[in-house]
Amino acid sequence: MSTLSAGHEDHHEHGPAKGLLRWVTTTNHKDIGTLYLLFALVMFFIGGAMAMVIRAELFQPGLQLVDPNFFNTMTTVHALVMIFGAVMPAFTGLANWLIPMMIGAPDMALPRMNNFSFWILPFAFTLLLSTFFMEGGGPSAGWTIYPPLSLQMGEGFPFMIFALHLAGVSSILGSINIIVTILNMRAPGMLLMKMPMFVWTWFITAYLLIATMPVLAGGLTMLLTDKFAGTSFFDAAGGGDPVMYQHIFWFFGHPEVYILILPAFGIISAILPTFARKPLFGYSAMVYATASIAFLSFIVWAHHMFTVGMPVVGELFFMYATMMIAVPTGVKVFNWVSTMWRGAMTFEAPMLFAVGFVIMFTIGGFSGLMLAIAPADFQYHDTYFVVAHFHYVLVTGAVYSIMAAAYYWLPKWTGNMYDEKLAQIHFWISTVSVNVLFFPQHFLGLAGMPRRIPDYSVQFTDWNMISSLGGFVFGVSQLLFVYVVFKCIRGGEKATDRVWEGAHGLEWTLSSPPPYHSFTTAPEVR
Amino acid sequence: MADLNARSFARVAIVSLAMFGFGYLLVPLYDIFCEITGLNGKTGRLDETTVVARYQPDTSRLVTVQFIANNNQGMPWEFRPLEPSMRVHPGKVYSAAFSARNPTAQDMVGQAVPSVAPGKAGRYFNKTECFCFNQQPLAAGETKEMPLRFIVDPNLPAAVTTLTLAYTMFDVTLIN
Amino acid sequence: MRIVSSVLVVCLLTAGAVAHADFALNMREGVTQTSRSVYELHMIIFWVCCAIGVIVFGAMLYSIIRHRKSRGVVAAQFHDSTFMEMLWTIIPIVILVGMAIPATTTLLAMEETGDADMTIKVTGIQWKWKYDYIDGEASGISFLSSLHPKHNEARMLGSDVDLRQFGDQYLLDVDNPLVIPTGQRVRFLLTAADVIHAWWVPDLGWKKDAIPGFINEAWTQIDEPGTYRGQCAELCGKDHAFMPVVVVAKSPEDYAAWVKEQKGSVAEAATEALREWTKPELMAKGEQVYTTVCAACHRPDGQGQPPVFPAIAGSAIANGDAATHIDVVINGRPGTAMVAYRSILNDVDMAAVLTYQRNAWGNAASVVQPTEIQAAR
Repeated sequence: MSTLSAGHEDHHEHGPAKGLLRWVTTTNHKDIGTLYLLFALVMFFIGGAMAMVIRAELFQPGLQLVDPNFFNTMTTVHALVMIFGAVMPAFTGLANWLIPMMIGAPDMALPRMNNFSFWILPFAFTLLLSTFFMEGGGPSAGWTIYPPLSLQMGEGFPFMIFALHLAGVSSILGSINIIVTILNMRAPGMLLMKMPMFVWTWFITAYLLIATMPVLAGGLTMLLTDKFAGTSFFDAAGGGDPVMYQHIFWFFGHPEVYILILPAFGIISAILPTFARKPLFGYSAMVYATASIAFLSFIVWAHHMFTVGMPVVGELFFMYATMMIAVPTGVKVFNWVSTMWRGAMTFEAPMLFAVGFVIMFTIGGFSGLMLAIAPADFQYHDTYFVVAHFHYVLVTGAVYSIMAAAYYWLPKWTGNMYDEKLAQIHFWISTVSVNVLFFPQHFLGLAGMPRRIPDYSVQFTDWNMISSLGGFVFGVSQLLFVYVVFKCIRGGEKATDRVWEGAHGLEWTLSSPPPYHSFTTAPEVR
Repeated sequence: MADLNARSFARVAIVSLAMFGFGYLLVPLYDIFCEITGLNGKTGRLDETTVVARYQPDTSRLVTVQFIANNNQGMPWEFRPLEPSMRVHPGKVYSAAFSARNPTAQDMVGQAVPSVAPGKAGRYFNKTECFCFNQQPLAAGETKEMPLRFIVDPNLPAAVTTLTLAYTMFDVTLIN
Repeated sequence: MRIVSSVLVVCLLTAGAVAHADFALNMREGVTQTSRSVYELHMIIFWVCCAIGVIVFGAMLYSIIRHRKSRGVVAAQFHDSTFMEMLWTIIPIVILVGMAIPATTTLLAMEETGDADMTIKVTGIQWKWKYDYIDGEASGISFLSSLHPKHNEARMLGSDVDLRQFGDQYLLDVDNPLVIPTGQRVRFLLTAADVIHAWWVPDLGWKKDAIPGFINEAWTQIDEPGTYRGQCAELCGKDHAFMPVVVVAKSPEDYAAWVKEQKGSVAEAATEALREWTKPELMAKGEQVYTTVCAACHRPDGQGQPPVFPAIAGSAIANGDAATHIDVVINGRPGTAMVAYRSILNDVDMAAVLTYQRNAWGNAASVVQPTEIQAAR
C-alpha cells in the first residue's frame, strides 16, 4: 500500500495549485472520475484483504485463525465492499471520465450533484466498516441479508442498513446524472445509434439502477422497521413471510448482476475492435442484445431461490426465462469472436485482458447455464459451484474489464504510456492464479462443499489448498497493478492523441491528457 | 441547457421514487401471488355459508389430512393436535382441534401460523373458522382447546391423497 | 513469460505434493432415482457446454494464432451480417429447447410428492436438526441430531485434535442419525424454529429450505442400505458449518428393530425419570448432554461468549435457587438467544444437565432430580 499513498501525495503536488480542497469541491467530470476510481481501488484492496482472510482460514480443515462468526462477517463484508464499493464505483468512475469525452460534451450534465454522489460513498463505507467495532461485530448474515437471520445481528445492524442506503442513493444519483448527460449533452450528429457501445451499455445500466436500487432500499427499510418499529413484513407471526424478502431482494439482486456486467460488455466492445483494427461486428445486434438482457434480468430473479419451495409452475417459468438469457449473451460472445475474426490483432495489455475476459466470462456463462437448470440447481445451490460461477463472472468478468479499461485509457487520461512489460506480467500472473483460485471451486461444489463455511471435511482439503494458493498469488499480484498505474501517473513515454493505432471515437481526438473541460465547442460527428 | 437538464433530472428522479414505492407495492402483490399459486402453503379463508352453497360433497373420495404442531424458538407452550390425522371427503365441512397449555408462570399470547403441504394443495384447503385467525392469550398454567373448521375443495388435484396442515406457534407476548 | 512458466511449475508441484488424497472432480451419482436423473441431467448440460466451448474457443484460438498483425495480415473491414446474427440466435434456442425437455421431466418427477409410505418432520434449529416420525410404526419417535461431540471438540478454534482420524467424516457425523427404511417412499416435511436452514444430503439428489413458520415438502426413496452424509446448506448463523445431516438407510427388518429399540428407550426413560438418581450418575450424563446441547454457545468450559451467551461458570443462576435455573432452561429467556428446552430435553437429560451446570467448573449448588423437572413442567 505504500506505493498507493506515495502516488496519492504526488498527485496533489502536480495538480492545479488548489490543494486538497480541489478534490473536495470539484465538479469536474475527470476529477470526480479519478476520485471514483481511486476509491474503488482502495475498496478493492480492503475487500481483497477480507478474501485473503477467508482463503487463509480455508487453507486447511479445522479452525486456525478466526472464529466462525468473524468468518461470516468476512464473507458478508467482502461481498458488500466488492460489489457496492469496488466494482460499481469503478464503473461509475469510468463513466464519469469517458461518457462526456465519448459523446462530445464539455462535462456531465449535473456537475454539482456529481460531486455530492461521490462524496456520499466514503461516508457510507466508513459507516459500514465501523460496524466491526460495535457490539456483535460487523454484518454476518451474508450480503443477501436474509431475515430472520439478519435480524439477529448486533448493534451494527441499523448502521449497515444506513450505509447501504447511502451507497444506494449515491449510485441512483450517479445514474440519473449519466442518463441526463446522455439524453441532453450529445454533440450534434451523435445519434443514439451512433453512440459507442460503452455509452450504450451504461445508458441501459443506469436505467437498471434507478429501477432496482430503490426496490432494495425499500426491502432494507422493511428490515429496519421489522426490527425497530414493530412491523412484520418478514415475520410469520405477524402475517409476514421471510421468503418475501428474498423475492424483493432478488428483484433487485438479479438486475444488479447485470449492472455489474453490462458496462464491462461496453468496455470489451471498445477494446476488441481497436486491437483487431477492424470495426465492431454487429453493432446494432449488440445494442439489442444488451437491451434484451436488461429486460430479461427483471423476470428471472427467483432462480436464486429454487430451493425455497416454489410451485412447480414457478420453477419452470424461472428456469425457462433464465435459459433464455443465454441467447442474447451468446450473441454478444459470437459478435466479439467475429470482431476478432480476420482482424490484424496485436496483444497489448488491454487486449490481453479483453480476450481473457471473453474466454473466462464465457466459462462463467456456461456454469450459469448449468445453474439455470432447476433440478440440477437443487444440487448446485449454495455450494462452491455457485461461488466459482459468480467469481468467474465478476472477477474474470467485471474486474478484468475494469483493468482492461484502466490500461486502455490510462495513456489518454495521464498523457503517459504505462509500462507495457509490467502490465503484461500482471496479466499473466493474474490469469494463471485466478484460474488456480476459482476453477477448483467448481470441483469442491460438485463434491458437496457448501458455501459460507469456515471449516470443512477432510476430503475437501486438496482443492481448497490449491484454491487458497491461487488466491494468495492473485491477491499479491494486484499490487503490481497499483504499481503500474501510479508509475504511469508519475510519468513515462508521452502518449500520442490517438494512443492506439486502431482506436476510433471522439475521446481519441482530444489531446492526451485531455483539456480540463473536454469539448468546449461541440465536435463534428461523422 | 440547465433548464432541460433540470427537467430530465426531475423525470428520472420521479421514476426512482416510484420504484421505491413499487418495492412496497410488492408486499400486497406477493400476497395475491401466494394466494393464486398456493406459494408457501398459504391457506384460504372462507365464510361457512358461502362454502356450503358452493361445494358439493364428494363422497366417492377420501383424503387424509395430517395435523402438525410446531413451536417457534422460545415458545414454551405445549401445543399439539388432538388427533394426528383425519380422513375427509372433499366438499364437506369438518371440525378439528389443537390443544395448547401455557406451563409458565406468566400470562402469554400466542399466534399460530398455518402452512399446508404440498404447497399446490394450499389453495384447495379452506378454513371457515380457525384459532389462527386471532392471537390466542393463555393465562399462566391455562390449558385451552383450540378449534378449527375446514373444508377441502373438491377440485383438489387427484394426485394429492395426503394433505398436511401445520401450525407453528409463535410467542407474541412481547410484541403486544 | 519466464514468470508465467515458473508459476505454472509451482502450481504443478503443489498439485503433485497433495495428489495422494482424493481430488473429487464431479457430482456424486447418489443412491436414489432422483439423484441419478439429476446426475444425468448435469452431465448432459456439461457436455453441451463443452461442445459449445470447443467451437467458440476453437474459433477464437484460430483467430488469435492466424489473424495477427505480426504475420502481416491486413484487417478485413466487414462488420455486419444479418444472416449470421439470425443463425447464432436460432441455433442456441434450439439447443436450449433440447436441454429444457429433460430438465422439465426430471423436475416434474421430483415435485410429485403424493403416496408416501411414511412422513418425517425435519426441524432446523440453530445449530442442530430435530426429527419427528409422524406416522407409521415409528410414529412418536422424536430426537435431536447434532454434530458429534468428538468433532465438536475438534473444530474449536485452536484445538490441536488431529482431524485425519475422522477421515471423510469430519464435521459430517452426528450423535443421533436419522434412520429410514430402504425401499420405502419417505416424505419429509421441512420447517425451522428460528432462522432459515436447508436440509441437504448430496446422495439423495436435492436440498430444500427449512423456513420458520412454513413447511416445505420433499421425498426420497433409498434402495441400498447405507449411511449418507450431508449438511445444512443455507447460512444460518455462527455455527452454520457445524450442523451435519446423517441419514442411515436400514433394511425393513433392521429398521423395525431400530424402531423397537427407540420405543423401548423412550419407555425406559419414562421409568428412569421416576427414580432417585445419584449425583455421579447425573454428572456423567449431564456432561454428555451439555457437550451436545449447550457447549456450542456456552463453551465446553462454561465460560460462554458474552454478551450474547453468558457464562455459566460462576453465574448467579447456576449457583442459586434451583427453581429459577430450571425455569430458564425449560422456558427459555424470551427476547434472548436462550431457547425453551421444554420439548427438546426429557426429564432425565434436563435434570442431568442442570446438575452438571450447577456442579462443574467450580460451581457448587444443589443436585436436580428428574422428578423436580417433571413437577416444574
